[in-house]
Amino acid sequence: MSDPLEIQIDLWRAHLEAHPGVAAADVDELEDHLRGHIEALSAAGLSDDEAFLVAVKRLGSQRDIAREFARENSRRLWKQLVLGEEGSRSSGVPGGRASVWVALAFAAAGGLLMRLPLWLSPEGVDTTYALFLGPLLLTAVVGYLLWRHRPGAGVTATALAGMAAAAALAGVYAPAASDDALVTTALHVPVLAWLLAMLAYAGTRWRETDGRMDAVRFTGEWVIYMVLLGLGGGVLMGIVALACQAAGLDASTFVFEWMLPLGAGGAAVVAAWLVEAKQSVIENMAPVLARVFTPLFAVAFAILLVVVLASGDIAGLSRDLLLVCNVILIIAIGLVLYNLTARESDGGPTWFDRVQLALVAGALALDAVALVNVVIRIGDGGWTLNRVVILGLNLLLLVNLAVTASLLVRLNRAAPGAAHRLERWQTGMLPAYGAWALVVVAVLPAVFAS
Amino acid sequence: MDIPKDLVAASAAPMVLSILSEGDSYGYAILGRVRELSDGELDWTEGLLYPLLHRLERIGHIESRWGQSETGRRRKYYALTSDGRAALATHVSQWRTVAAALENAWGRMEFGGPVSLA
Repeated sequence: MSDPLEIQIDLWRAHLEAHPGVAAADVDELEDHLRGHIEALSAAGLSDDEAFLVAVKRLGSQRDIAREFARENSRRLWKQLVLGEEGSRSSGVPGGRASVWVALAFAAAGGLLMRLPLWLSPEGVDTTYALFLGPLLLTAVVGYLLWRHRPGAGVTATALAGMAAAAALAGVYAPAASDDALVTTALHVPVLAWLLAMLAYAGTRWRETDGRMDAVRFTGEWVIYMVLLGLGGGVLMGIVALACQAAGLDASTFVFEWMLPLGAGGAAVVAAWLVEAKQSVIENMAPVLARVFTPLFAVAFAILLVVVLASGDIAGLSRDLLLVCNVILIIAIGLVLYNLTARESDGGPTWFDRVQLALVAGALALDAVALVNVVIRIGDGGWTLNRVVILGLNLLLLVNLAVTASLLVRLNRAAPGAAHRLERWQTGMLPAYGAWALVVVAVLPAVFAS
Repeated sequence: MDIPKDLVAASAAPMVLSILSEGDSYGYAILGRVRELSDGELDWTEGLLYPLLHRLERIGHIESRWGQSETGRRRKYYALTSDGRAALATHVSQWRTVAAALENAWGRMEFGGPVSLA
């Protein structure tokens, strides 16, 4: 194996593999290509050495190739930024150091925003705080993303006005609304805020499947960072409380009225900054998390199905069980959506895709049972706000799950382009979620106001 | 002749689909075929071809499998799918329309001097 040509090709391989965004399979393919060049040149009378040099030269600079591959492979904005996107794009985005300070400034703004309700009502906040949680937490994040990506006036105005409108809608109905409306609104306003944050991230690419997928990936990784920061923050608050207790002071006001809102608001922006700045860390973690939790949830589904069937009365589920069903269905859709973002673009179906299909099939069965129950409840007791909300949600989930299941069957049969179809379907559903959330927040409370 | 980048980019996908409609092929051979079909006027870079192949595969117009070359090397072969065949048909009618319109326009034009359309 001391063939000098082989050694040179190995070196060339190792060098190309070191570039981010170039997978091992890509290098295999290019190696075959390089050897094709070398063979043709050798046949034309060049020595091994000469042929290698000319072939490498023909293949073009590794940097250029790596960038082209990264652009297609990863479809990730950050890699293009890291690799030095040419031209106008990079000039608008300030460099690393500046962006840290701006992120911290937005984080401070986010913290102050989270505490704003406490200043406005000094006697203490009640459950209505939950109504505004989404906009309070995410407005600074949206602001930071808009500053970072500069998506143009249309998207900027839509995202900011949308956020203000979501908060206003929550505020309009809150005082007059029933307790039920309070809960449904508090659950659906964050959905609107989440979609607006994705719009701010995707910018003008929000119409494209890839752009939406990037945004979904961003929010998924943002959640992972939020959980990690939240754990650290919780420990910090505990230690502060303990230290104050030891010193004979009551720290609860400080911890809950200052540390918690300021910390949470700040962490939201810092998490958004971390997703982009420390991307490669989470990029390795998200697929692992997906692979750990998808099988676990599939098992949880099976157990829940058994519980539902064992209850004997499939058409008469208790209200609590029905709610559990819905929560777990939403988790199923979330898993499918976020698993897509962690999926390797090349390669055929794996065991993991079969587990996903099992998960979705179980969810579909559960959703059918839930729907039957909701319809029976409506038949027995008439229309109420809660029942309409649950019915709409279940119908939305049923359509989504049915199409997802059929696409996963195609994926498992290795049908060409099936993964892309699934991405298009899942990201195409996002506006539908927004539309339904808007109906729940803006229309239904008025309809059911007694 | 120097073909502008935009024109090369626009014609790249129909070109690859057309070549694969002749039969399964692999990267190096596809580049050779492009040169052959264009009498050496089109010289694609690898940085253009491979990402394009991967994109077409992702959207399901072509599919790939690992096989072996004549010398026993690992080689990735690409084949047209039925979606790809349909996409190619669309490309063909679009390009024919454009080409026919240009031909019509040039048919009535006088190209004096060194410029000849022959």
